[in-house]
Parts: sequence; structure tokens; C-alpha cells
Amino acid sequence: MRQVDLAIVGAGPAGLSAAIEAAKAGVKVVLFDENQKAGGQLFKQIHKFFGSKAHQAGVRGIDIGNNLLEEVEKSGAEVMLDAVVWAIYKTDTLCVTHNGKNTMFKAKKILLATGATENVLAFPGWTLAGVMGAGAIQTMINVHRVLPGKKVLMIGSGNVGLIVSYQLMQAGAEVKAIVEALPTIGGYAVHASKIVRCGVPILTSTTIKQAIGKEKVQKAVLINLDKNFKQIAGTEQQLDVDVICLAIGLSPLSELAWMAGCEFADVPQLGGFLPVHNENMETTVPGIYVAGDLAGIEEASTAIEEGRLAGIAIAESLAFLTAGEAKEKKHLIIDRAEQLRDGPFGLSRRQAKEQLIQRSLK
Amino acid sequence: MRIKEHPILGPLVKKTVVKIEVDGRLIDAFEGEPIAAALMAVGKSIFRYTKKKGEPRGVFCAIGQCTDCMMTVDGVPNVRTCITPVKAGMKIKTQKQTGELRTAGQ
Repeated sequence: MRQVDLAIVGAGPAGLSAAIEAAKAGVKVVLFDENQKAGGQLFKQIHKFFGSKAHQAGVRGIDIGNNLLEEVEKSGAEVMLDAVVWAIYKTDTLCVTHNGKNTMFKAKKILLATGATENVLAFPGWTLAGVMGAGAIQTMINVHRVLPGKKVLMIGSGNVGLIVSYQLMQAGAEVKAIVEALPTIGGYAVHASKIVRCGVPILTSTTIKQAIGKEKVQKAVLINLDKNFKQIAGTEQQLDVDVICLAIGLSPLSELAWMAGCEFADVPQLGGFLPVHNENMETTVPGIYVAGDLAGIEEASTAIEEGRLAGIAIAESLAFLTAGEAKEKKHLIIDRAEQLRDGPFGLSRRQAKEQLIQRSLK
Repeated sequence: MRIKEHPILGPLVKKTVVKIEVDGRLIDAFEGEPIAAALMAVGKSIFRYTKKKGEPRGVFCAIGQCTDCMMTVDGVPNVRTCITPVKAGMKIKTQKQTGELRTAGQ
């Protein structure tokens, strides 16, 4: 069994950022990821990011990913790819299958940055080939450069639905429509306007009733919803599509945190059940930290800030940083994270986060 | 279908092309890309049929979580093709039910 100071599960934006900050302070870090490449979902994000200059606004996710990989390489943190962490025992031991072989790691501190999983929507025909998650489509078109179909129906008008619709058009597909069960568009107006200017209708108070096809999707039946989300009979319309893309939100990927015995809270504004954590990102189990989507579904920019925060807090707790040094670094990050949780979309997330932190103090 | 030109990502970078066998048919694939990407590029959409009802399944999550895209690869059933890299000469089969165990000597 190998011993390390800090073991991080998940090499997405949060895990990478934490590894960089902790390793820079002198912490011996090992970072696990089950994929063949680090960077999480960043390499699928070919659009420019939002926020201020401090949040790398105007930089594409793919470039932010490359920068983080460069930084982690310089930091001295060890990155283990093709490494699935499948158990956590006694709050300090991880079971890892690396390149097909089982090993164990004992760590003084553990950071879980496992990210999120896509929500699904069940409707008649939803198991037909051609019904895919938005993340799946991004992976195929932006990373592997393969188009799964030509005529797409997008379910969900949040930022993911809007951005993936635009990316589908960039990849050469036709987006027939975006449907949204709510009476208003979910995502930012800037993304929605871009879609509408391209001539794609965004149908609010509408959902999918059924997918039709022999073995694979050939048609989608849409139906209008009343204000209680009940389907209005007689309002059905059919669309010829070969792909139906589900973009209806994400949930924290929390198995390891459950296994470690972390206390959970249901926070709908942040994506559902997630581990209660304090302002240092430490859960109710001492020595186990969380960051990124597992600590609340937000944007990659927020995951980067939370990862840094956890990395610094962990370095401090292991005495690689003095309280004064850590305080100064954390202060800057908390400021930037608060800016990200601004505006009508960010405010409810900020309040939810503050409540969660309050709860951890009880 | 391969996305050969892209307004942000530019032209498709040429990679090593290898042959793989899919249900007895030889196709071109890029070495190291996920098997699922290679199959989707030639228009294959059904990857397996389920155990109880024999329903078709294709790629759903593309990140190794949902297991919809499992196929039999070089005789090994239940391989997640969305995260398994292509190697030259691989033999891939559309999987019926949960696949078959290899018997001794095979």
C-alpha cells in the first residue's frame, strides 16, 4: 500500500486545481482519473467561458484545460490515468484499479472531485438508439469528431441545451427545435439569442411525448404543457429527427462520499443531494474534502475556484502553509467565487452554498 | 459521419488508420479512438440487444457510465465501447443479451 499526503479522485477542473495548489505548497499529491486523459469535461467545451477576466472569460474551455494540464505537470503532482477509485475505507484508504490492476493508497487527506452525472428523462421510446445525453453528444462531436445524426431535437433550454445546440450546428447538424417544459428559457439570453438568430425555434411549455422508430429514432412527438405541467391533448406535433438530445441537468456523482459516511443535504439549487461541507470544502468526515460539481452543480470556473480553495486548505491543515499565508490565498479565491455567484442565476446558488456552510458549523 | 471541417477546431487531424472487423465487415477506424466513435462514423447505431426483451440499444452517455454501448470485443462480452480504444484487427460483434462466456480452449 502506497502512502501519500493527499489523494484526489477526479482530474477535472476542481481536482486539477486542487492538485496544483497543494503540490505547489509542497504537499505530496496523487491524482486519480478513470479516463485516458485528464481535464474532465473541459475538452468538450469549445465555447468561450463567461465571467470576468479573473475567471478567464473569453477563453475556450479546451484552452483552460490545456493550461491546467501544463500547470499540474509543473507542480509535481502525480497524475494516474486509467485509475478507477472504487472504494474508500476507514476514511483514509482508497482502493484503485489502475491499468487493470488493483492497488491501495493510504492518504492523510482525501479530496473527492468526482463531478456529476447527467439526468435522464423517461418517455415512451427513450431507450431507442439515437436518444443521447448532451454530454455524450459533446464528447462525440467535439472530442472524437463524429456526428451521431443529422436532424436533432434538443430537450432542455438551460445553458447546456443551448450551447450544445450551437455546437451541433457548428459540427454540421440541423437542430430542428429546442423544447422546454418551463414557460421560460432556462439559460442565458446571450446563448438563446444566438440560437434563435440561427432560426431554431425554442418551444417553451412543451415537452416530448414519445420517440418513434424501428430500432432507432425516426420521429419525435411533441406536446404542449399547461401551467401545471400536464400534457394538453390535441396539441401534438411530429418532427422528423434521428437524434434526441437530453439536456435536463446534472446530479452530483456522490457514491464515494456516501461510502465515506459524509453527511448529505438536499439542495435543489445545487443539483440535489450533496455532501455538507464547510468554507474549507471539508465534509463532516474530518480529512475528507469535496470540490466541483460534487459540492454543488455549478460552472467549470466555480469548480476551479473551489478546487484551489480545497488545495490551499489541505496544505494549511498539513502545515505546508501558515495560517496567515493560507488566509491571504483563500481570501482572493472566495472573492472570485462570489463574483461567479452573482446575478439572478448565481444568487440562489450563493444563498444555498452559504446555508450549506452554516449547516456544517452546527 | 466524420466531422472533417470545423469552424472552431479546424480540419480533422489525420491519425493512423487501421482496419477493424464489425459483425464480419471490415471498416476503417482511427487507432486509439473509442470503438463507439469508429462505429458511429460508419453509421452503426445499434450496439446490442437487451437480455429480457431483446430491445436495441445504442450509445447513450459516451463516458462509460450507462453500459448501453456494450459489445463483444475479441470474444470478451460486455465491453464498454465508448471508452475502449481501437486497436488494429479487433473483432467486434453486436451483442445479444449478456454475451457468452468463452469455454476452455477457445
